[in-house]
Amino acid sequence: MIAQRLTIPKKKTDIIFDIAIYTVAILMIVMIIYPLWFIIIASFSNPADVANGNVLFWPKDWRLDGYIELVKQEMIWRGYLNTILYTIVGTMIGLFVNITAGYALSRRELLGRKWIMIVYILPMFIGGGLVPTYLVVREFGLLDTFWVLVLPFSVSAFNIIIARTFFKNSIPETLWEAAQVDGCGTLRYFITMVLPLSKAILAVIGLWTAVGIWNSWFDAMIYLSSEHLQPLQLVLRRILIMNESLLGQASGELATELRALSEMMKYAAIIVSTLPIMCLYPFLQKYFNRGVMVGSIKE
Amino acid sequence: MKTKVEDGSLVLSNRSKQSIFGKKLKKSAPLYVLLLPSIILLICFFYIPLYGIVIAFKDYSPALGFWGSPWVGFKHFIQFFNSYQFDLTIKNTLTIGLYSILVGFPLPIALAILCNQIRVGMFKKVFQVTTYLPHFISTMVMCGMILIFLSPSNGLFANLLSLIGVEMPNILSNPSAFSSIYVWSDVWQHVGWDSIIFLAALSAINPTYYEAATMDGAGKLQKILHIDLPLLLPTAMILLILRAGNVLSVGFEKVLLLQNPLNLAGSEVISTYVYKVGLQNFEYSLSTAIGLFNSVVNVIILLLVNWISKRLTKTSLL
Repeated sequence: MIAQRLTIPKKKTDIIFDIAIYTVAILMIVMIIYPLWFIIIASFSNPADVANGNVLFWPKDWRLDGYIELVKQEMIWRGYLNTILYTIVGTMIGLFVNITAGYALSRRELLGRKWIMIVYILPMFIGGGLVPTYLVVREFGLLDTFWVLVLPFSVSAFNIIIARTFFKNSIPETLWEAAQVDGCGTLRYFITMVLPLSKAILAVIGLWTAVGIWNSWFDAMIYLSSEHLQPLQLVLRRILIMNESLLGQASGELATELRALSEMMKYAAIIVSTLPIMCLYPFLQKYFNRGVMVGSIKE
Repeated sequence: MKTKVEDGSLVLSNRSKQSIFGKKLKKSAPLYVLLLPSIILLICFFYIPLYGIVIAFKDYSPALGFWGSPWVGFKHFIQFFNSYQFDLTIKNTLTIGLYSILVGFPLPIALAILCNQIRVGMFKKVFQVTTYLPHFISTMVMCGMILIFLSPSNGLFANLLSLIGVEMPNILSNPSAFSSIYVWSDVWQHVGWDSIIFLAALSAINPTYYEAATMDGAGKLQKILHIDLPLLLPTAMILLILRAGNVLSVGFEKVLLLQNPLNLAGSEVISTYVYKVGLQNFEYSLSTAIGLFNSVVNVIILLLVNWISKRLTKTSLL
């Protein structure tokens, strides 16, 4: 009886409020999903129907021409393969340099820790800028090599801070004391005890690095000139942004057909290049989110 | 431990002081080994280029290098300030930057509050996964989609507008529409992701506040206004300061990809200009000077907003 008296009846304004909330939320979902859905259905439809606005909710006149033409392009395959290589190697390098630095900076016995920390944080706020960096990379002979995309800019202050916070808060100090008693040195302790306990942070940083490399193109544009080193995003640039005709030139009716086919290839290219991340994303979402959370906790 | 060492050192001889330092150093040695790879990379590709900024004050020639090129003082800065590109790039950069903050700063907060009000667990999950999704699309694909959708002849928007009998203007080649395209497509892509941090702040609010408010007869809207918003303020201020510090470094990649000769009057920003002057026209010193000017202004704005925020809300970065 008392409990009943304590429950306060729902306000009328609250009901209206709820309706408004859910309406806006559903509208937002539609606004985000529809453009993505449109790309998918357009990639399977007759390009003439897409251009005339007949394709709005469901594919029309099913076909796979865009995909077929796309996979015939050698540079798509090469770009894909290059990007996979850049992503794998770059993620491994990124994990290595940032995790080791993050661990060392998390140890209290590190002599001069405060000063070293400044050395790592400074790049977050200032920088040499485009031209000096370019000149230095050129001086090191890294221009137009595989390594330029995976090595020089793999240190990330943000990832180091995340890793450092994790090691500080999640690895108990007593573990290190016990290891010391057993005569375990710092490096062996790090490799055999700390790393196996740090899978969560390895996953977060690894995923972020991988997505960053997969989606990046600017460094490739300024540092690479050889066609055989081009990552996928630069191939996409030629198809999507520069509107390059990869199917050759033609005149008359054939030209219209080719243009339609290039349009289809654009949709197919978007799907093919974004698919890996979109497929993995729902399963890995919690790791991505965790990165934002860990990063937002300073000290 | 520190005090022990300090107390002890009073009576210790110079030699044993050294040995304590030596012991500490020996203990730190393996940690320095772990730091080595990242430090080497930072020195090579961050600190050496940082020194390279001196070429902003020199007439750089590749043959003479960073060291040997002759000093020219502020010549390149003056050249930039006097060029007609100065007004244009500053105006465009500020327009896009301020527009981004005006729209892109409050919307994630609103979205987080909205998401926080959704009580159906399953629906909330779907809502979150969906709104975070576009964040993972690459800038390249995003710009490709913008170009496809906004195409005046047969893009998606043109087709949707023709359903209600409106003709699609060619906004891709309209300089004054550029900032809107840039800002609103950014909202579409990142508003969900940017709301995560506010959502975390909301979930940390003590539920007894809401219970007390309910007892006092507060409606949902009143709870948002009087509990949620005030408690989000510190997080919001920090993010606002960080954003303000970046007001002149607008998303360079996206601007570059959406640029075309027709919209250049509205789309040339400082960073794209730095790129063109430096790596397309090879005016290394001028480009570095413009980039340095941009960074300095950014730092000044960051400090200024930080100071104002400290005065007004007692929240600050430093």
